[in-house]
Amino acid sequence: MKARVTVTLKSGVLDPQGKAIEGALKSLGIGGIVSVRQGKVFEIELEDAARGDAEAMMKSAAEKLLANTVIENYRIEVSG
Amino acid sequence: MKSAVLVFPGINRERDMARALRLMSGREPAMVWHAETALPAGTDLVVIPGGFSYGDYLRCGAIAARAPIMSAVCAFAQQGGLVLAVCNGFQIACEAGLLPGVLMRNAQLRFICRDVYLRIDRSDTPFTRGYNAGQVIRVPVAHGEGNYIADGETIARLEGEGRVVFRYSSPDGIVEPNWNHNGAMNAIAGIINERGNVLGMMPHPENHVEALMGCTDGRGLFAGLVDHFKIAA
Repeated sequence: MKARVTVTLKSGVLDPQGKAIEGALKSLGIGGIVSVRQGKVFEIELEDAARGDAEAMMKSAAEKLLANTVIENYRIEVSG
Repeated sequence: MKSAVLVFPGINRERDMARALRLMSGREPAMVWHAETALPAGTDLVVIPGGFSYGDYLRCGAIAARAPIMSAVCAFAQQGGLVLAVCNGFQIACEAGLLPGVLMRNAQLRFICRDVYLRIDRSDTPFTRGYNAGQVIRVPVAHGEGNYIADGETIARLEGEGRVVFRYSSPDGIVEPNWNHNGAMNAIAGIINERGNVLGMMPHPENHVEALMGCTDGRGLFAGLVDHFKIAA
């Protein structure tokens, strides 16, 4: 069983790293980019469990450690 | 003053801090390993020093903030115990919920290692009683993530309750963008919690306490703490 937790900055929080990446992409001539925001993805292998339990466990992991909810949002996907 | 300095893997300013505490208080601080679950009996002051705990993995201070010793530190703070959190310590204190807000990547994306000027906005805290309000001190900073941010409501509360203790300023105490080295909101360099017993600050007062360091502007903070406990005793 696998979980993927995606952590992104909340809108309105300045992201200087995303800005720098955006600048670099533009300088490579990659067109059509409006803006870039950087985030993190955690791929977590889980022992088999009921989907609801796994989701609850990942929610607690995200709240307690993986995301800083002052500035970040998170999204959980459980599969397998 | 009995102080305890927390030690996490990757911290590197704990000995500077211990030296300053020893010099100013005349007592050897206890060094407390992160895996401990209790502070030494009779601790007056807990110091969370600077460095790069856990290599800044995940977010600066995030993993250290969940270390076993931090439950004891949070309980100590809840009982009114004094906590001084410097640099990575400030990041750890924010991640642990001892202080509001977050320290983000410096606005110009560079690590800053230099002396800065700090205007002291309050002298009526246990941490700043050794200074006068409005006084400007020179202390070093060394950080890549010192850009303080919080939501508008939190900033308004901090300002309204006078909880911004240090601001980046000019040598004359003027707060303006070109002296705000890391882009922190409202040039915030240090804040206290609601109760006034937890101070977080990015600069390193412990590195300006002896003549051989070229400046002694940081002494006031430690001298003030020592006084605070003398008067309380």
